[in-house]
Amino acid sequence: MNASDTSPAIETRGLTRRFGQATAVDGIDLAIPRGRIYGFLGPNGSGKSTTLRMICGLLRPTSGSARVLGRDVARDAEAIRRRLGYMPQRFSLWDDLTVLENLRFMAQAQGLARPAAARRIDALLDDHALRARASQRAGTMSGGQRQRLALAAATLHEPELLLLDEPTSAVDPQSRRDFWERLFALAHGGTTVLVSTHYMDEAERCHGLAILAEGRLVAEGPPRRLIEQVDAVVFEVEGEASAAAQRPLAGLDWVLGVAQLGTRLHVLAARDAPEPLAGIRARLADAGLALEVVPTPATLEDVFVIATRTRVATTAGPHGR
Amino acid sequence: MAAERRTPSLRRIAAVATKEVRQLARDRLTGGMVLGLPVVQMLLFGYAINFDVRGLDTAVLDQASSSVSRQLLDELQATQVLQLVERVGSERELESRLREGRVAVGVVVPPDVERRLQESTRPVAQLLVDGSQPTLSSVVGTLGAMPLLLRHGARGERGERGREAARRLEVRTLYNPEKRTAVQIVPALIGVILSMTMVLFTAGAIVRERERGNLELLIATPLTPLELMVGKLLPFVVVGLVQASVILLVGHLLFRVPVAGRFVDLYLASLLFIAATLSLGLFVSTLAQTQFQAFQLAFLTMLPSILLSGFMFPFEGMPVVAQRLAEILPLTHFNVMIRGIVLRGATLGDVWPQVAKLAAFFAIMMIVAVARFRKRLD
Repeated sequence: MNASDTSPAIETRGLTRRFGQATAVDGIDLAIPRGRIYGFLGPNGSGKSTTLRMICGLLRPTSGSARVLGRDVARDAEAIRRRLGYMPQRFSLWDDLTVLENLRFMAQAQGLARPAAARRIDALLDDHALRARASQRAGTMSGGQRQRLALAAATLHEPELLLLDEPTSAVDPQSRRDFWERLFALAHGGTTVLVSTHYMDEAERCHGLAILAEGRLVAEGPPRRLIEQVDAVVFEVEGEASAAAQRPLAGLDWVLGVAQLGTRLHVLAARDAPEPLAGIRARLADAGLALEVVPTPATLEDVFVIATRTRVATTAGPHGR
Repeated sequence: MAAERRTPSLRRIAAVATKEVRQLARDRLTGGMVLGLPVVQMLLFGYAINFDVRGLDTAVLDQASSSVSRQLLDELQATQVLQLVERVGSERELESRLREGRVAVGVVVPPDVERRLQESTRPVAQLLVDGSQPTLSSVVGTLGAMPLLLRHGARGERGERGREAARRLEVRTLYNPEKRTAVQIVPALIGVILSMTMVLFTAGAIVRERERGNLELLIATPLTPLELMVGKLLPFVVVGLVQASVILLVGHLLFRVPVAGRFVDLYLASLLFIAATLSLGLFVSTLAQTQFQAFQLAFLTMLPSILLSGFMFPFEGMPVVAQRLAEILPLTHFNVMIRGIVLRGATLGDVWPQVAKLAAFFAIMMIVAVARFRKRLD
């Protein structure tokens, strides 16, 4: 519509939040484009929720700034709030109200006019398969149903930006797939979606991804590019005894990380390591393990291991573990 | 955040109020308390708080044993304050009965009781009271001032003067001629019971949303603090008026408390008091982090209300500090209003200083509560 539409949906500069001595979010610089699904990937305590809360104005940054939909959050939080939808990590609608009552309340709280609200609720009940449960109390519904209700409530006012804090943590795999279908539909309709997760498969579906560790942004970009550009060579060790190989391989100083995936082991070797394949084989032979080793393409999990490891290395010194 | 000032939206206030009513209606225990609590408290207070002292167990040491002493004792008995249960033979015996707590009052009729009656400068008889019970001693104290000499003194000239003196001493009780405590207590109970229930209702209002995790979503909507506070307060105004009606009805049916003033004034006064108390609860709610804290704080506001408002102890007898503190409390002013309206038939205009004070209290509490409520988590 106007020039600001081409500006990033979210732009943070040096965004920092401290709670007492602890730094929850540490100098995050991000530019999140409009109309895409953007993911925050990170373990618990990596600062995902705190960053989301600062973006929707629920927490004030200790330093740094965030511009959301072209406006400064510190100054225009109220104006921004009307254009964004927020789904907190914990189910935050009212357990003792029914689906319909919850949606009606949220519609009124958002300031929707009565006929518009009625139409919108009607459509959402169908979109989110909630019509049969319209008069059921939210507290008696399953995790997946509650999540659909929460998403419906967050999108009542057709926000330009949708912030979802670990929306699938209490949901079965089928519901998770359906949920992501809905997110893609929303993004297709022009909504910017920012979603935090600690599931690799969900992170991989995002258009753009930020990996957070200990409050810092440690990697950023489209998942495919992050995988292609991972700063390691990946080898797969396969066999029943692969678990036993983990410790000896991790001891090699050019091995950046070892991750167990079922009966397979992903070994991440530094790019500048001389003859890593031979090195791994020699180590396995030393340990008396007869296992297959083959080079393999990196996965997002490998990217995650490398990104979070680098962070540890900078605090603990080179080659520190 | 100050960049945008919007006029409060009635629709949003109504949304919050509707939500509160639904939640209240579904919370069976709390819903039951709306009607149950005032009735139970009314019965407890109405029957238990009884400043009318009757039938105190009394032992008598009658050293005169004459017709005059018997007449005197009959008269004491006739007041119904004393109940003669035992006759003893010596002062030591009488004192030990009192010490053991077997009787509350001892009466000593001296051998020269007849001559004392004529003289009227010396006490006719002695009343020994268990002073460890304050209300008791004050009641029996008034008994000592009772115009006992009246009929006996009627014989002589001195007696005539004694009668005049006695008449002048006579205490006329206005507005509550029977001196029934219920008549004084019940109107005040409206305030006491309301200050117990109202503060509790709103004290949990914001904290409950916080504890159940709803607050994070609520503050991410365009709802303003004022809309939220007013929406949370409105349903309980109605609840408060219902409770006030229950108290009045029970008071009328069980304790025969008449209402001298107009009901419009009574309800307007109650409305003002309810709003003031609810706003105090909202303020408490912005201070507390958990519901448990909120309830503790609520109790902290109730105790001074009940103790200092003049409901239990006469306001005039309190130290200045306590009086100053009591001046802040809505219940103090409401008690003045409600006694005036119910017992003396006063109008709201007659008690306008109290009206102004309650209105000011409400306004200040609302402003503080709204200002304290931040649409942020930090």
